[in-house]
Amino acid sequence: MPAVSKGDGMRGLAVFISDIRNCKSKEAEIKRINKELANIRSKFKGDKALDGYSKKKYVCKLLFIFLLGHDIDFGHMEAVNLLSSNKYTEKQIGYLFISVLVNSNSELIRLINNAIKNDLSSRNPTFMCLALHCIANVGSREMAEAFASEIPRILVAGDTMDSVKQSAALCLLRLYKTSPDLVLMGEWTSRVVHLLNDQHMGVVTAAISLITCLSQKNPDEFKTCVSLAVSRLSRIVSSASTDLQDYTYYFVPAPWLSCKLLRLLQCYPPPEDGAVKGRLVECLETILNKAQEPPKSKKVQHSNAKNAILFEAISLIIHYDSEPNLLVRACNQLGQFLQHRETNLRYLALESMCTLASSEFSHEAVKTHIETVINALKTERDVSVRQRAADLLYAMCDRSNAKQIVAEMLSYLETADYSIREEMVLKVAILAEKYAVDYSWYVDTILNLIRIAGDYVSEEVWYRVIQIVINRDDVQGYAAKTVFEALQAPACHENMVKVGGYILGEFGNLIAGDPRSSPLVQFNLLHSKFHLCSVPTRALLLSAYIKFINLFPETKATIQEVLRCDSQIRNSDVELQQRAVEYLKLSSIASTDVLATVLEEMPPFPERESSILAKLKKKKGPGAVSVTELEDSKREGGELNGGGDRGQDTATMAASNASTPSPSADLLGIRSTAPLGAAPASAGSLLVDVFSEAGPTAPSAAVNDDGFLRFVCKNNGVLFENQLLQIGIKSEYRQNLGRMYLFYGNKTSVQFASFTTTVSCPGELQSQLNVQTKPVEPLVEGGAQIQQVLNIECLTDFSDAPLLNIKFRYGGALQNLTLKLPVTINKFFQPTEMTSHDFFQRWKQLSQPQQEAQKIFKANNSMDTEVLKAKLLGLGTALLDNVDPNPENYVCAGVIQTKSQQVGCLLRLEPNAQAQVQHTDSPERVSHNYSSIPNFLHYLSPYSVNI
Amino acid sequence: MQFMLLFSRQGKLRLQKWYVPLCDKEKKKITRELVQTVLARKPKMCSFLEWRDLKIVYKRYASLYFCCAIEDQDNELITLEIIHRYVELLDKYFGSVCELDIIFNFEKAYFILDEFLLGGEAQETSKKNVLKAIEQADLLQENIDFQMRLFAGVMVPNMVSESSGLFQN
Repeated sequence: MPAVSKGDGMRGLAVFISDIRNCKSKEAEIKRINKELANIRSKFKGDKALDGYSKKKYVCKLLFIFLLGHDIDFGHMEAVNLLSSNKYTEKQIGYLFISVLVNSNSELIRLINNAIKNDLSSRNPTFMCLALHCIANVGSREMAEAFASEIPRILVAGDTMDSVKQSAALCLLRLYKTSPDLVLMGEWTSRVVHLLNDQHMGVVTAAISLITCLSQKNPDEFKTCVSLAVSRLSRIVSSASTDLQDYTYYFVPAPWLSCKLLRLLQCYPPPEDGAVKGRLVECLETILNKAQEPPKSKKVQHSNAKNAILFEAISLIIHYDSEPNLLVRACNQLGQFLQHRETNLRYLALESMCTLASSEFSHEAVKTHIETVINALKTERDVSVRQRAADLLYAMCDRSNAKQIVAEMLSYLETADYSIREEMVLKVAILAEKYAVDYSWYVDTILNLIRIAGDYVSEEVWYRVIQIVINRDDVQGYAAKTVFEALQAPACHENMVKVGGYILGEFGNLIAGDPRSSPLVQFNLLHSKFHLCSVPTRALLLSAYIKFINLFPETKATIQEVLRCDSQIRNSDVELQQRAVEYLKLSSIASTDVLATVLEEMPPFPERESSILAKLKKKKGPGAVSVTELEDSKREGGELNGGGDRGQDTATMAASNASTPSPSADLLGIRSTAPLGAAPASAGSLLVDVFSEAGPTAPSAAVNDDGFLRFVCKNNGVLFENQLLQIGIKSEYRQNLGRMYLFYGNKTSVQFASFTTTVSCPGELQSQLNVQTKPVEPLVEGGAQIQQVLNIECLTDFSDAPLLNIKFRYGGALQNLTLKLPVTINKFFQPTEMTSHDFFQRWKQLSQPQQEAQKIFKANNSMDTEVLKAKLLGLGTALLDNVDPNPENYVCAGVIQTKSQQVGCLLRLEPNAQAQVQHTDSPERVSHNYSSIPNFLHYLSPYSVNI
Repeated sequence: MQFMLLFSRQGKLRLQKWYVPLCDKEKKKITRELVQTVLARKPKMCSFLEWRDLKIVYKRYASLYFCCAIEDQDNELITLEIIHRYVELLDKYFGSVCELDIIFNFEKAYFILDEFLLGGEAQETSKKNVLKAIEQADLLQENIDFQMRLFAGVMVPNMVSESSGLFQN
């Protein structure tokens, strides 16, 4: 065919394109475009009616301008006019313009729909295809409303041409993806399945994409497709390379169709019918055998097409996870690819092996390739391949090879690409924790991690090592010794100083016997780093110092002197200044007993999922960390944390809090109190209590909801505390049920008498929430703690909170207290993962006023990403990464489980940094963190729709 | 497939096809980001990369990069061959296609793509059938178009690379 002689040349367009290409600068181009736009505008507005050709030409020019990246705000009407032209090329350009430029909200959609309707009923296959292409390209809801019932009819009608069937199938697929509710299953569904048997390979190729999508959502209705797909696949696999004529691609019979068939089969479990299954296994074996045959062509297209089928077959084998023989063969095949000269194949083999590693049948087989994979990590030239190798090492890691893999990953880290360092660090941290048999190895590994890649060690990682050291007595001495040695390096990373400060502050006494690490030596070592550190680290060190005063009274004078010097006590940073002042005062006023209580060793942390894992999961998106892995780690994490939840000694907590200045201190479970000093109203007041001479303030009978807000995003902690009583909460929720443990602690040395608690659901809450409990013992001895269990059932959507009334006698005076119990609708959330596509599709469906709500509110404190994320996760929803086009925004999805219904909720938070800047400028920091969350909640419930 | 982009070595977008609804701003952002990412990669590197929660499959033909974004469960290798088949179709239609053909006849490139892929899925993989459909459409054009056929002199290639055949590398 001669070059560029085909089709309907438009000379004016070619000249214009040439002009644009000859523009020497962006300005010249814009000038030329503006000139053209003015010209077209005047033509369109002119009195003289334009002929079809000119209209087509101008519309085409507009399209070209738009595709260059300029905005186009007119010409739509002219394009719509072209649709009803009876000249094919004019119609075609009209449709192209509409497909590219008319978004789904256009008012023109009615006119367009009319034109499409006419073409669909024209019975001219070329026109019908054009119309179907347009629907498939635009795929708006309005189009779905207009055509969703018409297209299935076209698709299965006996007299429809093959090419129209193909377009109709994929057109319907697009509409189904946009508006599944509008595409109703019906009589046509069974006939669609039989398109798998169609004689025309093109029809099968198009129809199978539709069938795959439909069977994912309605597996039962489509399950007959399994046997049809198997026999079709079997016919293709066993056909000679020339049988399928033009559907053979570089000697590979129907590669696209084969891949789609194998993909369809992955929507279902292995066939139950023995004969079908046998036939399928045969196909899979043939595909694996073919991989060993010599290639029929040297072209890369041949091997790509052949291997595309092979990889899809391996995916199916992995999906079935029931044929040990095939799994091992698949693994061996991938093993060969690991050393293939084609980078693409090495990449895919590493990727595919990652999923094989999680199958019990092939895990061991995958492990045999460890050396190759380690080698890939070291020698691959392409970072995306190295990334896959790191993923695979992570996936194949178990107790038997953890030390080797962690060591290799650590050594790779020294030269790793910046883009993957953070993830590597998380992975090493997780593996080290998960497979730690002796914890000195774990401590060594994490400290090495900080040494090698300190900048990439996120807070989660160093919080976690501290958490584990605190929970495990047997490693504390070793940790103190190791960190002490690490700190002696002339230049050590600030994260090392943080870990060092924290651990020596807690456990420095364990190594103080050695004169080389005597208390003063320890202190001097820490203090030598002080001036090089950032404010948060300095704050942490100050807390370590006050802990030293308690651990080693002989350091008191030295440390007081440090605290007293102007650079501390008059530090311009309010946080540091306050710490210095308070610690100095504390150390000079408080008796040793008080000091010992306040600065007691941290209690073990409650067992919890490693937040490092959560972070990695978030980073990688769903699917990267398998659920079983998560469960595993929960279990193992539990073992490792040792201690359960205890009544937290708040004074200790307050002082220790001070040493974790970061807002994402979530890991340590001490979010309930804001950093000391920063928040004189909360944590500060605890210290005031210690010194305060004033007696207990009169308890108020009014409803106290201070604690309530803090529990919106968390389940455990101290709900209420005054001089007499501390109320702790531990709660867990599953689906629409919850259990809440209330711990009432008598802080005095005197007995509480007539202690009664009543839980009530005011007003309409009675019919929405069911709360049951048993009465508690009427006597609470001094210093004792009693427990009460509440069983909670969410019947339907609710907005109020149940009330807890507590009455008791203390020294003759009746105490009466009413608290809001933190049972909020979000507790019944189940997180839901979804893709960006699904999310926005559902989002758009929630368009009725009662289904959505929007609220703009001022951030009460800094809009730190990690804090926001932690809050949103705490809310109970899944935080979806890479869903919102704007990375600044957060989107979440979850299903609220109530007895009567399940309500899907989508949430989108768009922080506006500017507003926040204003806020942080103000000197007052707000002490409680969670007040913005109830704002969410207020509009969460109306945000819902039945799924 | 979520979208397909064709761009030159200079980063100029030559064709864009979106199979998921996105606003213009977002499309521009994605394009900018991806063009940059892909152009920064070295020749012998792997044709696949992870990007956001998508997989990117790309291949360079002469001066043009063909770049597809597919979803997690989609097959990378077969996508690579989708690209190749599309190039074959263009080549057969234009007769040794070069970047200039796609610039000056962008509408044709879109029409051919629509016959081959619809809604992001392969509609017809037979080269003969796709070309037959396009030729039938061409036959429907009016006589007037033959008279207004593109003048060869109109095309002044700016860059030699744009006029070199895509299959010549």
